[in-house]
Amino acid sequence: MSISPLSCDVAIVGGGIVGCSAALALRKLGKSVILIERDLCGSRSSGVNYGGVRRQGRSLIQLPLAQRAHAIWAKLPELLGAACEYTRSGHLKIARSEADLASLIAYQEKAEPFGLGLQIYSGHQLRELYPWLSERVVGGSLCAEDGHANPRLVSPAFARAASQAGAQLMENTQVIDIEYSNTGFTLKTSTDQIIKAPVLLNCAGAWASFVAEKFNEAVPMVAAHPTMAVTEPLPVFMSLSLGVQGGGIYARQTQRGNCVIGGSRGFALDELRARPSREAIQLVLARSVELLPQLKHANIIRTWSGTEGYLPDHEPVIGPSRTTPGLFHGFGFAGAGFQIGPAVGEVLSELATQGKTSTPIDGFSISRFSRVLSSITTTLGDLP
Amino acid sequence: MTQPLKPVIVGAGPAGIRAAQTLVAHGLRPIVIDESARWGGQIYRQAPGNFARSSKQLYGFDARKADAVLSAMESLLSKVDYRPNTLVWNAEGGQLDVLHEGHTSVVDYTDLIVATGATDRILPFKGWTLPGVFSMGGAQVALKFQGCAIGQKVVFAGSGPLLYLVAYQYAKAGANVMAVLDSSHFSQQIKAVPSLLNQAAVFAKGVYYLAWLKAHGIAIHHGATPIEVMGTQSVEKLIWRNSQGPHEIDCDAVATGYGLRSESQLADILGCKFVFSNAENSWIPQKDLAGRSTIKHVYLAGDGAGIQGADAAEWAGELAGLALIEDRQLQQQTNHSTSSEELAKYLQKRIAFGRGLSMAFQDPQNWARQTTDDTVICRCEEITAGDIRQSAQSTGAQDVNRLKAMCRVGMGRCQGRMCGPATEALLADCTHQSIEKVGRLRGQAPIKPIPFVPSPALKNITPDTEEAN
Amino acid sequence: MHQNTAMVQQGQLVRLVELNRKKLTIYINGVATEALEGDTLLTVILTHQKFIRQTEFSGSERAGFCLMGACQDCWVCTEDGSRLRSCSTLVQANMKLVTPKANP
Repeated sequence: MSISPLSCDVAIVGGGIVGCSAALALRKLGKSVILIERDLCGSRSSGVNYGGVRRQGRSLIQLPLAQRAHAIWAKLPELLGAACEYTRSGHLKIARSEADLASLIAYQEKAEPFGLGLQIYSGHQLRELYPWLSERVVGGSLCAEDGHANPRLVSPAFARAASQAGAQLMENTQVIDIEYSNTGFTLKTSTDQIIKAPVLLNCAGAWASFVAEKFNEAVPMVAAHPTMAVTEPLPVFMSLSLGVQGGGIYARQTQRGNCVIGGSRGFALDELRARPSREAIQLVLARSVELLPQLKHANIIRTWSGTEGYLPDHEPVIGPSRTTPGLFHGFGFAGAGFQIGPAVGEVLSELATQGKTSTPIDGFSISRFSRVLSSITTTLGDLP
Repeated sequence: MTQPLKPVIVGAGPAGIRAAQTLVAHGLRPIVIDESARWGGQIYRQAPGNFARSSKQLYGFDARKADAVLSAMESLLSKVDYRPNTLVWNAEGGQLDVLHEGHTSVVDYTDLIVATGATDRILPFKGWTLPGVFSMGGAQVALKFQGCAIGQKVVFAGSGPLLYLVAYQYAKAGANVMAVLDSSHFSQQIKAVPSLLNQAAVFAKGVYYLAWLKAHGIAIHHGATPIEVMGTQSVEKLIWRNSQGPHEIDCDAVATGYGLRSESQLADILGCKFVFSNAENSWIPQKDLAGRSTIKHVYLAGDGAGIQGADAAEWAGELAGLALIEDRQLQQQTNHSTSSEELAKYLQKRIAFGRGLSMAFQDPQNWARQTTDDTVICRCEEITAGDIRQSAQSTGAQDVNRLKAMCRVGMGRCQGRMCGPATEALLADCTHQSIEKVGRLRGQAPIKPIPFVPSPALKNITPDTEEAN
Repeated sequence: MHQNTAMVQQGQLVRLVELNRKKLTIYINGVATEALEGDTLLTVILTHQKFIRQTEFSGSERAGFCLMGACQDCWVCTEDGSRLRSCSTLVQANMKLVTPKANP
């Protein structure tokens, strides 16, 4: 007995923050939506990341998206019906050397037109304001309106909001095959469901290459895995979300007192699961204590990792397919998709309905990889 | 060219000790990692060195068994690499991460026998986080390991063999036992007798404890469930009920527990597959009768992979050792004390006995349904049954890991040890699913809290080239 | 020497046996407290007072639970800030313990 096919205006592959916010935005535009998610919505990268809601430090071409997202985050409670622990704590990017501080100053200048309100401080000034920072801090750049949230709550909340707005969410369902004809896309799922839609959004995160390949636009995306750790509840001392110029660690403290710390790299157990590595755990803990001596006696109670998609330039792919009309991509956020995710969702909804968007996204075109790949295929074609 | 074997045993209770003995008998020198200061595990836990009580006083009827196991390990000390006060907190790529005296290091292994034992299985009741309420095993540790009673007027409330054993040990040591409240019905226990006779000696002990307690005037109630423990700063009284209605006992301490739950976090981290055990109503690591897990060269022995008791733990430890020897094609000892076949037969009998135990000792009827919203379930994070129900309802969580992400149950320092079984039962009840269907809380490193310490192996801290989020 | 009021406060645990052990002194929240060699920190604390710590969230008092290093409800601090699990740590003379209060 076969299940009858379903039709909708827009089919979405992937139920992370990008896919779910796109679904929500599309419902507000009156479009019918079916979203297919292999696991539970918001359970992958969108749900296990650090939780930084940060504009500072992004490449300049991401800042228009980040600013658009900033406005969405401002109304998160109304949008989702829940606060999800979102707070504008401020984000401080720490410099551990004069060279790093110079980089922060240079970024502040370049980013000035975008209105992030960045303020540079010396190490001395920072320790006056935040005595819990160590002498290793040479200076820093503060973005007062950046902050953090609980990703475990935010991403599923987008899914629930989309569902309540009338999007059909199919969880624990994998897309097995996608075909395209002049009538649009036909998706086949692991539950033997056929879904037909004229528009398809590829929001499959670290696994989006699967969809891209189906339409002859494979991208050189690799998976990477952060190492995350959380402490027992501690007296609240960290009032900011922290990052480090040049890499290192990122750290924040929740209202309940747990310090969430991330950095370095983990490893994949398999295609779907990842784990922090022992070296990374030790490294991240050592670096944290260097900057935050108050952590010296704290205990770590849990570690975890996730899977994130990285393209060679660490910029995402956002925008129309190079090969197939009606297909739009939004993936590959290189571990920095949480803050801009909701804006990408809105942009995708605009692309899906109007074919264009008000936010500049040319720099994220999938076409930027085609020349590389076609030159490789040409070379291979020349081989005997 | 064959590399030398590096067998490691995690746990030095009866299973770990017999595994060590077996490997040594076959010419191997295993590392034995023990979280405690002295070998023996929980059941044969040794008191600190300067304590004076005899084996008989500490272990009662089990004194001979305890002595045998403990002296076996003592004679092995020069033949194994014994690492006490050492916590295994993670495993990766053929190596264990261990914590000893505040410092972390790595232990290589080629073969691993996981004998991590068990802790009490808890079903909360209102007020159970008050000072003065301890687990059944905890009450036993207080007496055995520290010579203390948990209070001046102690009530034992729960189910399982430990209930009568610890109450008996307390009364015998001169503690004031106010009552024993068994959630099982006596009629169930009668029905279980034929299965329980598979381990006649063990059964006889249980009968003895019950009879002794009665003979010494200690009130024993069946079908008895704790409702609420009350007190301003600590336990002052316990409200409980049976078929006749609610009752009150004046007391200052309550020991509670409903059987045991396996410490299976290391098996989980190692990637062992788990199966649902109907007998135990919980997920346990999968193993064959010899103790082979689904991971090559990883063996499971004792209560850490399904509750079978101390005697079975000894057999399982031996079997696991023999399986390791066989799998590595080493020379089998022909004069080995007990053959694998005999051991397997004992284990089968124990499994039959175990079925009897499940019949004899049952949870409070409809525990989940009867538990009020204001009962704290996750004591670390202070999450109530109401929080759990509300979260399941508003988020649609059907799986216990999703529930954990949504409402924080199991996110505290103990990582779900105390609240796991109760959370599974509550989620199953409010989502109308079986316990099997709601899943189990996954083990994550560190297995227990570890401090921020520099590793001796860590040299220069070089910056990454990437920042994220 | 007068009895410090804290020392006459009712404890939770009751010493039944093994009373003939060497005495030593540790400090709990600054107060000199008698311990016996072989005691765990939990035993010393709970033979003198009813609780070990206050929780971070509700400030409720806790006195440990499992006594075997599983429940993690018995962590205390030393005066220099290090954390110790009291049920699995044996006393040493002159230890200076602090029983954690709820976060302000």
